[in-house]
Amino acid sequence: MRNVWSLYSDKVMEHFKNPRNVGEIENPDGIGHVGNPVCGDIMELYIKVNDSTIVDAKFKTFGCGAAIATSSMVTEMVKGKSIDEALEISNRAVAEALDGLPPIKMHCSVLAEEALKSAIEDYLAKSGRRNNECK
Amino acid sequence: MKRIYLDYAATTPTHPEVVKAMLPYFTEAFGNPSSIHSYGQEAKGAIEEARVKVASLISARGEEIVFTSGGTEADNFAIKGVAFANESRGNHIITSSVEHHAVIETCKFLEKRGFRVTYLPVDEYGLVDFNDVRKAITDKTILISVMRANNEMGTIEPIAEIDKIAKEAGVYFHTDAVQAVGHIPVDVDDLGVDLLSMSAHKLYGPKGVGALYIRKGTKLTSFMHGGEQERRRRASTENVPGIVGFGKAAELARQEMSEEAERLTCLRDRLVKGLLERIDHTRLNGHPIMRLPNNVNISVDFVEGESMLLNLDLEGICASTGSACSSSSLEPSHMLLAMGLSHEQAHGSLRFSLGKWTTEEDIERVLDVLPSVVAKLRAMSPLLKSQR
Repeated sequence: MRNVWSLYSDKVMEHFKNPRNVGEIENPDGIGHVGNPVCGDIMELYIKVNDSTIVDAKFKTFGCGAAIATSSMVTEMVKGKSIDEALEISNRAVAEALDGLPPIKMHCSVLAEEALKSAIEDYLAKSGRRNNECK
Repeated sequence: MKRIYLDYAATTPTHPEVVKAMLPYFTEAFGNPSSIHSYGQEAKGAIEEARVKVASLISARGEEIVFTSGGTEADNFAIKGVAFANESRGNHIITSSVEHHAVIETCKFLEKRGFRVTYLPVDEYGLVDFNDVRKAITDKTILISVMRANNEMGTIEPIAEIDKIAKEAGVYFHTDAVQAVGHIPVDVDDLGVDLLSMSAHKLYGPKGVGALYIRKGTKLTSFMHGGEQERRRRASTENVPGIVGFGKAAELARQEMSEEAERLTCLRDRLVKGLLERIDHTRLNGHPIMRLPNNVNISVDFVEGESMLLNLDLEGICASTGSACSSSSLEPSHMLLAMGLSHEQAHGSLRFSLGKWTTEEDIERVLDVLPSVVAKLRAMSPLLKSQR
């Protein structure tokens, strides 16, 4: 018999069951808000930046198992990274870190990447350091 | 961990007695019903016996039943069959906006072929207003198709009233009764329908077999062309074991239905009451009374359906959702949207469908588990904050 969980990898399920970094950051340096109710996924990503390094990241997500797992994973991935390094994180990298996502769920990883980019843009705009690299 | 199956509307386990009835038709009684020899005649006899049993369940006659590969085929057969056979009379079809995809997509296909389709709106309970049916009829209308009971929110449609309108206008009337047959009384004469779709695996029969009831005198084109099976209306060697299983399931349903409906209604109402009491910001979808005895459909605000399902499944509880995070369209259930639910509410819907092996303990378990699942997900929901 096919395992009921074969829709998702063990890693996805692990992050879904025990999501890391759930919540909000008080006085965040950047907030990313992406998604919409029509597609059923809404992500909010908060970052704290110190000396161009992301020192903390938290999220709140309304969405499916993959949306929650990718939110959790992307917040883990950005911590300790410089802004430039964080901007390099692609949706594919998030999906790979989760040992893959079903094709139909790849949009969740896109959302995670967009949430991160949007939080960084917010930070750059606030700090007046918007550079040419992030349109 | 004990698994609790609450998705009987998706499919039911095959009843052990049904399996037992089917088995000989795979092996010693394997004949082709079209064969003249004794093997063939044995198989032929078995399908005719099953035909009568299925017909009896809906108070029809055996010769009005055509076996199909399932409910979807029965819907396709009814709608395309009437459309193509009556094209010279008109090209207009009336249906509702809460039909199963098997009906909606068939209608959309016909729209591309030059037919015109009216999709009737429904009220907040998912009910079609028969006055809307009356208003929608034109001199080009050839078919009305409104489901008997909704697969998602369980609402039972007022189709006997719709039938009167169809008869007055001389229009064929089809109902998709896949969720109703074997669960609530269905009598083709009381309902007055010309065509009615059924599926075996929704009533403890096997998958891969269904039937279309066709009232004598109804003009429709054959679904498949080839041999002379099913009075030339549906060519193809009959699925003998499946048909025998369907017959047995129909026979059992006839015996057990009324008692079982009463038992399930009680469990259903207990689950609804408990969920609405224990979890705030929830609502029952569908009609509170005019609904299938086994259907519970609720919307839980601020959380998404699939994430609830996954958490429930981790606790061994198997249910379903109208959220379509895993469908390619990402659009939630068209039925829930048609009832006026917001996208968030439709994405936050959960369906529990009860059945023969559902117990009071199962219901209690859901009532114990779901509140904590919802609390966990709400704690990470960005929607909750904006509401408070």
